[in-house]
Amino acid sequence: MTAFTMGAVTYDPKVVTIWDGFRVWLTAAGLPFDYVLYSHYERQVEDLIAGRIDAAWNSPLAWIRARRLAEARGLPIRALVMRDTDRDLASAVVVRADSDIASVDDLRGRTVATGAVDSPQATLLPLEHLRRHRLQPGTDFTVRRFDVGVGLHGDHLGGERDAARALIAGEVDAACVLDGNHLLFTKEGVLPSGSTRLLTTTDLYDHCNMTVTGAADASLVAGFEELLRSMSYADPAVRPLLDLEGLTSWEDGRTDGYDLLESAVTASGFYDGTGTVTAAEYRP
Amino acid sequence: MNLDLAGLAFDTGGRLLVQKTLAGLPPESTITVTGRNPFLTLHLRAWCRASGHCATVGDDGRVQIVKGRQDADRWVRAERAGEPDTVARWPPGHWGLAARGALLEAGGPEPAYDLDDRDVVWADLAPRLYAHAAAGQWDPATAVPWDSPFTLPTDIEAAVVQIMTYLVENEQAALVIPARLLTRIHPHFREVVGLLAVQAADEARHVDVFTRRALHTGGRMGSSSAGGRASLASLLAEPDFTLASFLLSVLGEGTFVYLLTFLDRHAPDPVTRAVTRLARADEARHVAFGVAHLEHQSATDPTMLGRLRRAIERRHDVLVDTAGLNQDVFDALLLLAAGDWAPEALSRGHREVQQLQADMDAGRRRHLSRLGFPDDEAAELSALHTRNFM
Ligand SMILES: [Fe+2]
Ligand SMILES: [Fe+2]
Repeated sequence: MTAFTMGAVTYDPKVVTIWDGFRVWLTAAGLPFDYVLYSHYERQVEDLIAGRIDAAWNSPLAWIRARRLAEARGLPIRALVMRDTDRDLASAVVVRADSDIASVDDLRGRTVATGAVDSPQATLLPLEHLRRHRLQPGTDFTVRRFDVGVGLHGDHLGGERDAARALIAGEVDAACVLDGNHLLFTKEGVLPSGSTRLLTTTDLYDHCNMTVTGAADASLVAGFEELLRSMSYADPAVRPLLDLEGLTSWEDGRTDGYDLLESAVTASGFYDGTGTVTAAEYRP
Repeated sequence: MNLDLAGLAFDTGGRLLVQKTLAGLPPESTITVTGRNPFLTLHLRAWCRASGHCATVGDDGRVQIVKGRQDADRWVRAERAGEPDTVARWPPGHWGLAARGALLEAGGPEPAYDLDDRDVVWADLAPRLYAHAAAGQWDPATAVPWDSPFTLPTDIEAAVVQIMTYLVENEQAALVIPARLLTRIHPHFREVVGLLAVQAADEARHVDVFTRRALHTGGRMGSSSAGGRASLASLLAEPDFTLASFLLSVLGEGTFVYLLTFLDRHAPDPVTRAVTRLARADEARHVAFGVAHLEHQSATDPTMLGRLRRAIERRHDVLVDTAGLNQDVFDALLLLAAGDWAPEALSRGHREVQQLQADMDAGRRRHLSRLGFPDDEAAELSALHTRNFM
């Protein structure tokens, strides 16, 4: 029998540990499951649309592209499940505590540091948030991008952390950072407690999801969904994997948390309406 | 319940207060958190998400937290790793390195300790011996009068150096054996592990002070014989905990105690006297544990005496074609007891060394009888002991 095959992007070596562990668990539970690894999200999305894999563990940006590609081809596509921790994230734009920047409008003419070109949380979403405050990136203010791990859609924190460092070093006037990473960078000492001031926060948005198209075997998709949803944090066999993957439970996939990112992708011209990569400086 | 953090930031201590407040509540309980730090809402939401709690922000800016199941689920199948004061018969491998009596989260590694049977590892005397050993540690820098001036005749100094050289290689073996054994013992038996660790540390000190005494007068080390090293290699080759402990501690160190007593008595200088006397006190403890451990076992295992006997015979067969004690060591002992080259002194020295060997033999027979061997068998087995003493 052909195994139900999922794609995952190796933004970190732990991805192998996680999906090897889940593979053992899922197989033992009766689902013929396998996974393949990708070095970046674009090929994973293309393979999903081409039917070479049955599911893709997608970044929010990869979801946007997959959805656009699928709809352009008339393929059904949906978010099967997501982690509890993929729901209701927020990004912040922060300045140094002693900065003269008091409001978003004060960013005019200044320099804002972001993560990698393809980071939803540290680049695309906060810049879209500023657009909604009538500040055009590159026109009303300068964007200083920190391109680390391009193609990993911001899963690699390196660029985001470098942006935070640049803020503290005085090289830029503001930096964009995910809420949880602001807390993390505080702990790491990259952004010492009290060294930054909160300028503005995006609306809440959602992060990764497990994307499937209509091409996969429906009963296997249903089995995969049911087993993921059944994973319990109380199960000592699966808990270390949930800890590594950063979730307490798999929840229903919902897609109404991606509106801000849809706008960001369109406004920045990252992908066109049919899912073609159109971002000028994007080389995954 | 409302928790007001006032001006406290979440990342400078606020988290502890939130965590403490939630810790006392069952899942699904609700608290609200207020405070003036501008990052509070951002940080609270991020932390709650990662911790499995649900955070929502009201119109009034209060953050409402519904406690999640993460903490409860993590500990739902937890168990105690025994009780602190009770030694389990078969501690399971998954208790692993956890403290005796600790609350164990389920899951985690399942290390295999091949020495996990109380009846093989334990001796009731172990906790007391450990305390005694910990209290008996001495500092090589201050316990030995390194600065006392002395001058020995060249031959006597050479005899001391030869004996120290021999002692060092025996101490090295005595260090490696408990160090290797202790990694195989389930950490649940921490007093035994601790005792073996202190024993290894004792031997490290012996290696240190004997080496320092050998080089004290600026000369070179003495000789090491192939037969001596063969004897020690056969000691290291014994994988069985009980048999290794028997051969090393009861027979080897049991014999060595007499040798160190002899050296203390005939020491020609204060440094030699101090290092042998200090080592002797440690060795007596090593022998005591070896004997206690084997007594504990022979009480429960009727096959043990037969196994001990075969271990002695096996080792004897391996060593039968080797020279045994380094002739240079034997001569050095004789000269030390003689004190000079006068014929009557040498004759006295020879008698002293004969007496030493008789004392060693009597000591071994006493230990063997205590373990349950009849007197004739004890005498026979004692005679098979390595001529290298250890
Ligand atoms: Fe020793
Ligand atoms: Fe010893």
